[in-house]
Amino acid sequence: MASTIRVRATSSGETTEVQALIQHPMDSGFVKDAKGEVIPPHFIQELTFEYDGKRVFVADWGAAVSKDPYVKFSFKGGKKGDDLKISWVDNKGATDTATAKIQ
Amino acid sequence: MRSVIHFASAALALAALAFTAVPFAVAADKPDPVADAKAFRNFFAQKFPKVKLEDFVNGPYSMNEDMHRQWEEKEQFPPYEFSLDMGKEMFSKPFKNGKSYADCFPNKGIGIRQNYPYFDDKEGKVVTLELALNRCREANGEAAFSYVKDEMAALTAYMAFTSRGKPFDIKIPDDPRALEAYQNGKRYFYTRRGQFNFSCATCHVQTPGERIRAEVLAPALGILNAMPIYRSEWSGMGTISRRFTTCNSQIRGVPLNPQDDEYRDLEYYLSYVSNGLPISGPGARP
Amino acid sequence: MTIVHDGFSATRRVILKGAGAVALVGLGNIPFSLAPAFAAANDKYPEDAFKAKSEADAIKSLYGKTAEPSDKVKLDAPEIAENGAVVPISVSTTLADVTSIAFLVSENPNALAASYKIPAGTMPSVANRLKMAKTSNVIAIVEAGGKLYSATKEVKVTVGGCGG
Repeated sequence: MASTIRVRATSSGETTEVQALIQHPMDSGFVKDAKGEVIPPHFIQELTFEYDGKRVFVADWGAAVSKDPYVKFSFKGGKKGDDLKISWVDNKGATDTATAKIQ
Repeated sequence: MRSVIHFASAALALAALAFTAVPFAVAADKPDPVADAKAFRNFFAQKFPKVKLEDFVNGPYSMNEDMHRQWEEKEQFPPYEFSLDMGKEMFSKPFKNGKSYADCFPNKGIGIRQNYPYFDDKEGKVVTLELALNRCREANGEAAFSYVKDEMAALTAYMAFTSRGKPFDIKIPDDPRALEAYQNGKRYFYTRRGQFNFSCATCHVQTPGERIRAEVLAPALGILNAMPIYRSEWSGMGTISRRFTTCNSQIRGVPLNPQDDEYRDLEYYLSYVSNGLPISGPGARP
Repeated sequence: MTIVHDGFSATRRVILKGAGAVALVGLGNIPFSLAPAFAAANDKYPEDAFKAKSEADAIKSLYGKTAEPSDKVKLDAPEIAENGAVVPISVSTTLADVTSIAFLVSENPNALAASYKIPAGTMPSVANRLKMAKTSNVIAIVEAGGKLYSATKEVKVTVGGCGG
């Protein structure tokens, strides 16, 4: 599994609950390494969830979000088997995208 | 008068001796692991009557409600997921010579973690899972991994995961060397060391559930069942080797090298006295 | 665009994407020290709010108004964080027409930790894990019907006990 994005999307009744765990250092820029040098900030700034072509949730993150960040939310709609698209971009301009099937 | 009393007390003493299981001539310290394990379990069960036996494997989380909630939240999508996935990939990837980890272990390495460590009668020493993994690598022309984190943590995380729920099943064969190793491990556990003059027992037998500075201490019963662990403090994974060495440093003692004899024996003892408790690894800890 | 990972085992798999940038697939572990072009391109990222030091400044930058405490905002955070690096914090609310939820940690170097856009049809409840530098108030802000509501809870953060 090569993506940095792990998602669990479960539909029950009228809502879909989404949990995401993303592999990312989320370096704040306040921590020094073993040599005493500051590890520069490196963190996800925006995380977007799309369903049926619409944004259902957008996270704007700062460096105070924990390493390997996690988020959980729910939205109305979503059926088993449907696609949920997740993408992020970090402060260095790097990105990753994944598509998960709603369970 | 006095001679009658002396005779009576001598007779009583003899009678008492005759009724005990300990033969006259043997030193008082004959290892009895079965009795040890039972006493160990009973001690913790009495100290924490509300904690179910199998919940001791959750360490500090079984000791404190506020922490338990934080842990439950994190277990919904645990921080060790990435290491676990990496471990699974690594485990299935063959070595350069075409062989793989499955060739070194019983049952292809799946669902066997609860049998480690074991006493190897050919070598005459305790073999831990971490040691067995590196030996497997070296026997197949690969470089050994560091014992404390990263790859070793990922591999042991995967192997622990395939054994989740299975009870620890450590065997002590009827071999004086095995008993000696067990006894060594037990002795290490109860011996004070370091500038703080703490033994493992000082924290994990005397004061589980209470705090050392800000941390809630885990009970020694079941303490290895969740290994390897993702520690918030490390912001990453660590193995049994990592925890043993850092624990030594933290009590201001000089840590041994990972997989030194004492550590192997310590792991043997600690695992044995937790027999019957389920493997819960990989785990998360503060 | 999904990432292609043909056989290299980079620990950080990144693909550079942005105005005019070329996709650098297959080059593995290249340290990126480029300007955050992409973040600026999507100008909805509240850069200034994240740079603000105090919670008042952050809220002002993010929303342009002030919040009133409301018991309809339920903030869930531990009494004592097991570790300041990973503090599970969540909020939910019974308020209607919620458009945004934000979390602030007043004693952090920059008070704003995270801000979430809640489109119509998304439930007004978020769970996340935040870093806390030290014992501090955690504030949850809910923007509902154009107004701001807040809930505050103090979370104690202690140095890890075993000297680590």
